[in-house]
Amino acid sequence: MKSVSITIDGKAVEVPADYTILQAAREAGISIPTLCHDERLEPFGACRVCVVKVEGARALLPACATPVSEGMRIWTDLEEVRRARRTVIELLLSDHPNDCMVCERSGSCELQDLAYEYGVREPRFQGERHTYEVLDDNPLIERDYNKCIVCGRCVRICREVQGVGVYDFINRGFDAIPGTPYGRSLPETPCEFCGQCVSTCPTGALVSIPYKGKGRAWQVTKVRTTCPYCGCGCQVDLHVRDGKVVGASSPVMVGPGQGNLCVKGRYGYEFIHHPDRLTRPMVRKGGELVEVSWDEALDEVAGRLKEIMEENGPDSVAFLCSARCTNEENYLLQKLARAVVGTNNVDHCARL
Amino acid sequence: MTNSIDDLEKADCILVTGSNTTEAHPIVGLRIKRAVMKNDCKLIVAEPRRIRLCDYAHLWLKQLPGTDVALLNGMMNVILEEGLADEEFIRERTEGFEEFKKVVERYTPERAAEICGVPADQIREAAHIFASAERAAIVYCMGITQHTTGVDNVLSLANLAMLTGNIGKEGAGLNPLRGQNNVQGACDMGGLPNVLPGYQSVQDPRAREKFARVWGVENLPEKPGLTVMEMMEAAAQGKVKALYIMGENPMVSDPDIRHLQEALDKVELLVVQDIFLTETARRAHVVLPAASFAEKEGTFTNTDRRVQRVRKAVEPPGDAREDSWIVAEVSRRLGYDMGDVSASAVMEEIASLTPQYGGISYQRLEELGYLHWPCPTPDHPGTPILHVEKFTRGKGLFSAVEFKPPAELPDEEYPFYLTTGRILFHYHTGTMTRRSAGIEALASTNEVWMNPEDARELGVEEGEHVVVQSRRGAIRIRAKLTEDMPQKVLFIPFHFGESPANALTNPALDPVAKIPEYKVAAVRVLVGKEAEGVDVVSLSSTG
Ligand code: SF4
Ligand code: SF4
Ligand code: SF4
Ligand code: FES
Repeated sequence: MKSVSITIDGKAVEVPADYTILQAAREAGISIPTLCHDERLEPFGACRVCVVKVEGARALLPACATPVSEGMRIWTDLEEVRRARRTVIELLLSDHPNDCMVCERSGSCELQDLAYEYGVREPRFQGERHTYEVLDDNPLIERDYNKCIVCGRCVRICREVQGVGVYDFINRGFDAIPGTPYGRSLPETPCEFCGQCVSTCPTGALVSIPYKGKGRAWQVTKVRTTCPYCGCGCQVDLHVRDGKVVGASSPVMVGPGQGNLCVKGRYGYEFIHHPDRLTRPMVRKGGELVEVSWDEALDEVAGRLKEIMEENGPDSVAFLCSARCTNEENYLLQKLARAVVGTNNVDHCARL
Repeated sequence: MTNSIDDLEKADCILVTGSNTTEAHPIVGLRIKRAVMKNDCKLIVAEPRRIRLCDYAHLWLKQLPGTDVALLNGMMNVILEEGLADEEFIRERTEGFEEFKKVVERYTPERAAEICGVPADQIREAAHIFASAERAAIVYCMGITQHTTGVDNVLSLANLAMLTGNIGKEGAGLNPLRGQNNVQGACDMGGLPNVLPGYQSVQDPRAREKFARVWGVENLPEKPGLTVMEMMEAAAQGKVKALYIMGENPMVSDPDIRHLQEALDKVELLVVQDIFLTETARRAHVVLPAASFAEKEGTFTNTDRRVQRVRKAVEPPGDAREDSWIVAEVSRRLGYDMGDVSASAVMEEIASLTPQYGGISYQRLEELGYLHWPCPTPDHPGTPILHVEKFTRGKGLFSAVEFKPPAELPDEEYPFYLTTGRILFHYHTGTMTRRSAGIEALASTNEVWMNPEDARELGVEEGEHVVVQSRRGAIRIRAKLTEDMPQKVLFIPFHFGESPANALTNPALDPVAKIPEYKVAAVRVLVGKEAEGVDVVSLSSTG
C-alpha cells in the first residue's frame, strides 16, 4: 500500500493511502469523537460528531468516512469544529431521557461521555420527545428505543457482520428507529442472540438482560480470557465485581472473533456461580457419595490406585484428559499416567 | 487447521463439508459469511441438511449421509478429466498421484451421483468452481470425521486440496474445526495413547529417553495405550480396573450409553474430577471438585493452533481446587513430587520438551496476545499457515480412496437415517450452557428434526412426542417438522441428557482413528400407541 503525507493539527504524519482521516488521527494519537462508527463496520458517516476541518473543503467533513489524500491539512480542534459537534450532541440530547442515574450504560455510554466532554447540560433545543415501550420479549436482549440515537450501528452490525439482518429502520425523519419487521419479537426473527448489536450500541438502548443491574463500568474489573466453549477461541473480557463474574464483553478487533462473540461466549457464564457447582470432595461410602476432606479423598484415590497397580500392573489403570481443561492441566495428567503410574492409557473425548 | 481463521476471509472459494459452522463454530461461520458478503467468495456447502450457510452458498450439494468419498472422488474426476489440476504442485510437492488417479478415474460424476444423490452437473459445477479459484479453502468438522470411514473422508479432502494446489498458501488449506475449546491442546499435550506431548511417539526410544530425563524417572512405557472406546471395552471386560476422568462426561457424549454404563459400573475405582456432578460423576467412587476456567490460570489452544491465555477472574467455590493442584497432590501421594505446578512454570516445562511449543512462554503471550504453533524458538513469530514450503513428511502423499458405505444403513425395519450434532445455543453435554438461564430459556427442549412429508406419512404432528429407536436403544422426544431436513433423514442434537441422542448412535469405529459413527445410524420412529411402553433411556437434564 502506498502512503501519503498529511498534517493533522499541524503535526506531519505519513499513513497508508487507504486510511480514513479518523484512522490517521488515531494513529497519530489525536482523538476525534465518534458515535456512529465502529471499527468492525464499514464507514457510514451519519452522526457528524466526528467532523473536522480540511483546508480547502467548503464544509466540515466526517473524519470516519473521509479518506486521506496527499498533502491534506486537517484541523480537529478548531472552535468551528467544536461548535458543530456541540450542536450535534445538543440535538441528540433534546430527545434523550435524562436517565443516566439508573442507566445500565452510565459510565460506558458514548453519548454521556460526549456530553461530559463538551459540557452539554441543558440542551438548547426543547422539542417533542418520544416515548416508546421498553421491549423485553426474550431472556437476553432488552431494547429501549427512548435511548436510541439512530446511529444505525445495530442495523449495520447485524447485517454486515453477523449476516442476519434482523433490524431495519422503520419510520422516517424524527420518528426513525431501528426495529424488526412488523414489530416482531426477537425470537420470532432469525436473531441468533449473538449480542453483536448490544456490543456496538453506543447508548443504553440495547442492553444484555442477564447482566443488567449487576455492575456498571467503574464498578467492575475486566479480566481478559478465552471463551470456554467451542474451538474458535474467541477472546472475552469477564466483568468481575465483588468476586463474582457479573458480565462479559468482547474486546473490539481482538482475537479470532475480531470483537464478536456468539450467544454462548456472550451469555453462557451463569454456570460459574451456579448452586450445583461441586464444592467438596466426595467418597462413596455404603453406596452413597459422602463429603470428605481433601486429605481423605486424595488418600483414597492414591491408596486404591496403588493397590490396583500393584495387583494388576499399571495398564489396569486408564486416564481421560479433557478438551475443556487447560494445556498445562492436560500435560500434568498425562505426566501422572506415564511417569508416575507407568501407562500410556491416556485419551480424551475429542474423537466424540 | 492448516490456515488461520483470519485467513478464511482471503479465500476465493470455500468448500464447507460436514460442518454446521454457524451453529457449532459460530465465529468461523461469521468469518465465512463475511468472505461471501464482502469479498464475493464462492461458497460450496456439501451437507444433507439445509443448514444456515446454505443461504449464503453459491452451490448446495445435498448429499446422502455418509457418501463423502464418492462425492469428492466425483469432483476430482472432473478436475482431472478437464485438466484443471495444479500439475506443478502435484509434480513438485506430492507423491502417490498415479495410484490415486487410477481410483478416481472410475468415479465419473454420473457414478458418484448415483451413490451420493447429488446431480452429476452439480458435481461438475462444484469441481469447476473449486478448481478454478485462485485460493480455495476446505472447512470440515465432525460430519466428516464421525464415520467408520472418517479417515478416508479426511484423506479425500487432502487429495482435493493437493490436486488443486491449495495447501501452504494464504486463503486456502485444509481446515478441520475442533469441536471443543481445547481439543487441539489436549492432543498437543499428549492426551493420546500413542504419543507424548508434541506428537512424539511413545515407541520412539529417543523421545522416551528425553522425557524420562526431564521427568526424573528411569523409563517410560513403550506400548501404546488404549483409546477411549477401547478403555471402556476393557473396563467392561474387567481388564481396566481404575478409571481416572478429568473434566469429561462420557456418559452423555459417548455412543451406546447402555454399554458404557455397564463399563463404568464395573470398574473398581472411578475417579471423576469435574465442576458439576455429571452423569459420569454420579457413578464415581471418588468425586473431586475442580475449578472452572474462570478460576484458574492457563492456556487453551484453539482450532487454528493459536495458544491463548486463560486468566483467573474469581476464586473457586467452596473447597474446589485447580485441576493442576489436584493432579499434583495425587502424584505426591503416589511418591512423585511434580514440583512447581503453577501454569507458567508448567508451560516452561512444556516448551522445553515440545518442539512446537518451544518458543511459547507466558511472557510472550502477555506481550503478543497469542502465538500459533509451531513456534519452535523464543524469537519465532509463530506459524499461522502450515506446509508453506514443504509438508511435515516432506512430500504430500495422495491416497487412493474407494467409497465404502456407512456401517449401518436404513432398511425395512429401521427406515430412517439418523444424524446427530450440535445446535447454536448449547455446548457438548450441556453441563455449562444448560445452567445459563437465558440461554436455556431459548432452547430448553430436545427435538428430533424431521421432514414434514415424512411426518405426514408417519402421522406425526409438530410438537408431538414420539419414540425414536435404533438397534441399541430408544428415547422419547418432541418432533420438529422442518423443510431443512431431507426426507428419510432425522437429526437429533446430543446436548440433552433427558433424551440422549447417544442412546441411539452406533459405536462402530473408524478402524484407524477409532472415532465412532455418530453421523449415521438407522432408526425408526414410533408414534402414538406403538410408542407406549417402550423402554426409553433418560438421564439427568443437565448432563
Ligand atoms: S443478537 Fe445478533 S442476530 Fe440478533 S439482532 Fe443482535 S446482532 Fe442481529
Ligand atoms: S439501538 Fe443503539 S445501535 Fe441501534 S440505532 Fe439506536 S443507538 Fe444506534
Ligand atoms: S464465543 Fe462462540 S464462537 Fe467464540 S469461542 Fe465461544 S463458543 Fe466459540
Ligand atoms: S462517527 Fe463519523 S459520522 Fe458518525
